[in-house]
Amino acid sequence: MNNWSWSYVGEIMPDLLKGLWITVQATIYGSLVAFALGLVWALALRSPSRWVTWPVSIVVEFIRNTPLLVQLFFLFFVLPAWGLTFAPLTTGVIGLGLHYSTYTAEVYRAGIDGVPPGQWEAATALSLPRRRTWTAVILPQAFRRVVPALGNYVIAMFKDTPLLAGITVADMLFQANSISATTFDYLEPITVVGILFVVISYPTSLLLRALERRLVR
Amino acid sequence: MSADSTPSKETANPGVDGTELIRFDKVTKRFGSNTVLDSLDFTVSSGKHVTLIGPSGSGKTTILRLLMTLLKPDEGTIKVGGEYLMHEEKGGKLVPAGEKHIREVRKNIGMVFQQFNLFPNMKVLRNITEAPVHVLGLDKDAAEERARELLDLVGLTEHLDKYPTQLSGGQQQRVAIARALAMRPQVLLLDEVTSALDPELVAGVLDVLRDIAHTTDITMLCVTHEMNFARDISDDVLMFDAGRVIESGSPEKIFTEPEHERTREFLSAVL
Ligand SMILES: Nc1ncnc2c1ncn2[C@@H]1O[C@H](COP(=O)(O)OP(=O)(O)OP(=O)(O)O)[C@@H](O)[C@H]1O
Ligand SMILES: [Mg+2]
Repeated sequence: MNNWSWSYVGEIMPDLLKGLWITVQATIYGSLVAFALGLVWALALRSPSRWVTWPVSIVVEFIRNTPLLVQLFFLFFVLPAWGLTFAPLTTGVIGLGLHYSTYTAEVYRAGIDGVPPGQWEAATALSLPRRRTWTAVILPQAFRRVVPALGNYVIAMFKDTPLLAGITVADMLFQANSISATTFDYLEPITVVGILFVVISYPTSLLLRALERRLVR
Repeated sequence: MSADSTPSKETANPGVDGTELIRFDKVTKRFGSNTVLDSLDFTVSSGKHVTLIGPSGSGKTTILRLLMTLLKPDEGTIKVGGEYLMHEEKGGKLVPAGEKHIREVRKNIGMVFQQFNLFPNMKVLRNITEAPVHVLGLDKDAAEERARELLDLVGLTEHLDKYPTQLSGGQQQRVAIARALAMRPQVLLLDEVTSALDPELVAGVLDVLRDIAHTTDITMLCVTHEMNFARDISDDVLMFDAGRVIESGSPEKIFTEPEHERTREFLSAVL
């Protein structure tokens, strides 16, 4: 058994914080991809044409039902063989965003369905163009309803980022691992990583709950 | 942008000239095996205020929703201002109309709903200016001026900067009336617009509608259980039963000496 060493913690902290910054970046960009792509899926799935809804629902179900790590490996190891190479962090962002977009699509769907039919009827009665109905009436109201659920997925994504270490993204876990590989001392790096996750995700979820209370008046 | 946002000339108000504005021609509407309207014929002249009465389930709401294009007829045709509402003539044949045609004809019609259906994400003023700007192509200033005039008419000028949820039901319904009028429709459809309101708020809304009925030449099609109101504003009352007009005439005639037994029964139940 080794004993906890604060001086060791001090030494490894800069590297871990560097990793944390990568983790946070992956989460932010991954979320933006997931928010945007999820909306694309949700709208495509409401298309009147089966030629749109069929392929999209197959793709979405496929992505939703395969593990994120497998997808990351596919993007990182298989795509380059086809001439598509991205930096590890970019690959990670695409992977996280793509995977989580299948969940956010579902969130948007529920949010859009939750807008009362009377809103559509009022828009029709005023002859609002279809586009305007979506952008000015339906989506703003749906958005209000989806913020809490989207926020929960951001936190879930944040906690999934250690998977990116598997494709050589220098996130927190990757840093902790490489430190430990040279010092053979795992206690402090791994513990600090765990604590840093809590330090970020717990206040975030509190913030989210406060936001939820404000939005759902 | 699409053609929708280009300025379109507003329809000149034809005034109370008694010409036919709405025509239902053998309109049938079914929900599954339930035939709600069975080959219904009726017409409404321009500028008239027509009240539809009849027992629950007789198809009154269905008629208004057909006119608002929220429902499609299974058979028959509807004309508004001489134009087919849901059909187009192509090569001498009547075919289902495209979105663009429906939109053009529908601009002549406005509706006020039982549940108001204001846009909760927009302030009162924008609820009213949204369609004039994005459908009629008015510029923002002109639309706001029009909205202010209408808010003045419905007595809510000081609330233009509030969200709908900050208003009482009666106030919300008055905003909804202003919103519908901002499109300067020829026809205003009113479906039990006071039945979701607390009793003390009903009078305010009805006063506004009376005012509109007496000072404008808008055509009104109105479903209501407020018989005094119906008597005040109506030129004609149509009594519906099982999807047919079984009796029609002036309010004096229908309310005091109805011919039909069903009308008598209905009126004794509601009066
Ligand atoms: N969307 C729908 N799906 C199935 N049936 C419907 C639908 N809308 C209306 N109906 C049926 O059509 C009939 C006529 O309904 P409608 O709402 O037009 O009656 P109404 O005269 O307005 O009645 P009320 O006075 O209760 O409002 C009813 O039997 C109703 O159940
Ligand atoms: Mg009804």
